[in-house]
Amino acid sequence: MALIEVRGLTKTYGFAPALRKLDLTVERGECVALLGANGSGKSTLIRCLCALSKPTAGTITIGGWSLPREAAAVRAQIGLVAHKPLIYDGLTARENLAFFARLYGVASARIDIVLEQVGLTKRADDPARTYSRGMMQRLSIARAILHEPEVLLLDEPYTGLDADSSAALDALLRTMHADGGTILMALHDFERAARMASRVAILARGQIAYDSATSGAFPRDPAALSAIYAQMSVRA
Amino acid sequence: MIKTPFFRAAVAIARKDIRAEFRSRELISLMGLFALLSILVFSFALELNREVRVEAVGGVLWVTILFASILGLNRSMTMEREGGGMDALLLAPIDRAAVFVGKLAANGLFALLVGVFLMPILSALYNVSLLQPVMFGALALGTFGLATIGTLLAALIGATRARESLLPVLMLPLALPILITVTRATNAILSGTVADSGAWLSGLLVVDIVYAVMCAWLFEIVAEE
Repeated sequence: MALIEVRGLTKTYGFAPALRKLDLTVERGECVALLGANGSGKSTLIRCLCALSKPTAGTITIGGWSLPREAAAVRAQIGLVAHKPLIYDGLTARENLAFFARLYGVASARIDIVLEQVGLTKRADDPARTYSRGMMQRLSIARAILHEPEVLLLDEPYTGLDADSSAALDALLRTMHADGGTILMALHDFERAARMASRVAILARGQIAYDSATSGAFPRDPAALSAIYAQMSVRA
Repeated sequence: MIKTPFFRAAVAIARKDIRAEFRSRELISLMGLFALLSILVFSFALELNREVRVEAVGGVLWVTILFASILGLNRSMTMEREGGGMDALLLAPIDRAAVFVGKLAANGLFALLVGVFLMPILSALYNVSLLQPVMFGALALGTFGLATIGTLLAALIGATRARESLLPVLMLPLALPILITVTRATNAILSGTVADSGAWLSGLLVVDIVYAVMCAWLFEIVAEE
């Protein structure tokens, strides 16, 4: 059984459709890069998957739990790294993680483990407002993986990161994927998608216009991937 | 564990907000300073004789607390929005109502502290005795009611563009039943009419309960989007 199953997902804002009868299946252990132009529906899809946005029509099942009926169970299995850090900058990294540990029913011993994983142990007791964008993103990832979710959803996680922070995030995601984690990340970067993902899907006008799972292996050359993207975007 | 127990989640959220605020003191100092300036302005603008002063003090106190609460909620809403704090709460496997209760407890406490800060100053400026045990009961009920509406509205309009201006426009009419009952209760306490103050406080308690139940229910719907 697939870990994520999306069938006929439609989401409209007023009369404007953001997602149109979208189908997507993600198997356990896959690292899926979701490519798409601004407004193609990537963020809406991610918000629907983590129960932050209610679908207009269609079904979503994650780990056998369906939305919106079993939303709490779905949310317990999901870690989200969004545009915003979803962190309280008046609290320290440790306090932020201790707060989320209480909300997720996670043992406090896990806090030091994730701080070590994201390389924030030395700055753990500094207020988050003193962190650089890269450190904030690492703290955001620590929050997202604190409860050991089945699926990690990332919405343009590299935005605003410098080269070193991007490389650190690459390494972290590779480790998680190698450990069997399931990752779905929305990106604009073809080079990174070609390098990091085990599967590429292209979203255009609220629908999956290309999926390497059904179209065969995707090209590892960013230029070739970009050509597919351009072709599919025009077709949609 | 699929869902974290309701009260554990609500207490964690309230503690988080209170801890963050007592560290930065941003909201409390903003609300306190605004409230202090407001009552000074009222005091200088209304040159009242002793009798009228006693009748006016309840209105001055509660209008000031209401405006200070709106100011504090606006700032709190902006801070939550900047860091995506509300999304972080809604992502957790907890009841939406627990988010409401946690935020309500923190917002209510901040408004209560502003009221406690104002009472001795108003007592001195208006030469009335606000520092009575029953007055603290009225203060607790009144600030709780205002925080209930404010917490719901902050969540409802938090994602809109004109949220800063929308909050007072929506909150003032909705707060009217609380404002009327708590002002009358305050005036009745000050005039020493026990029966009247008891009746108004009971009325305020009923309004608070109705608002709390309705707002907790509506919050779950609002939080869906």
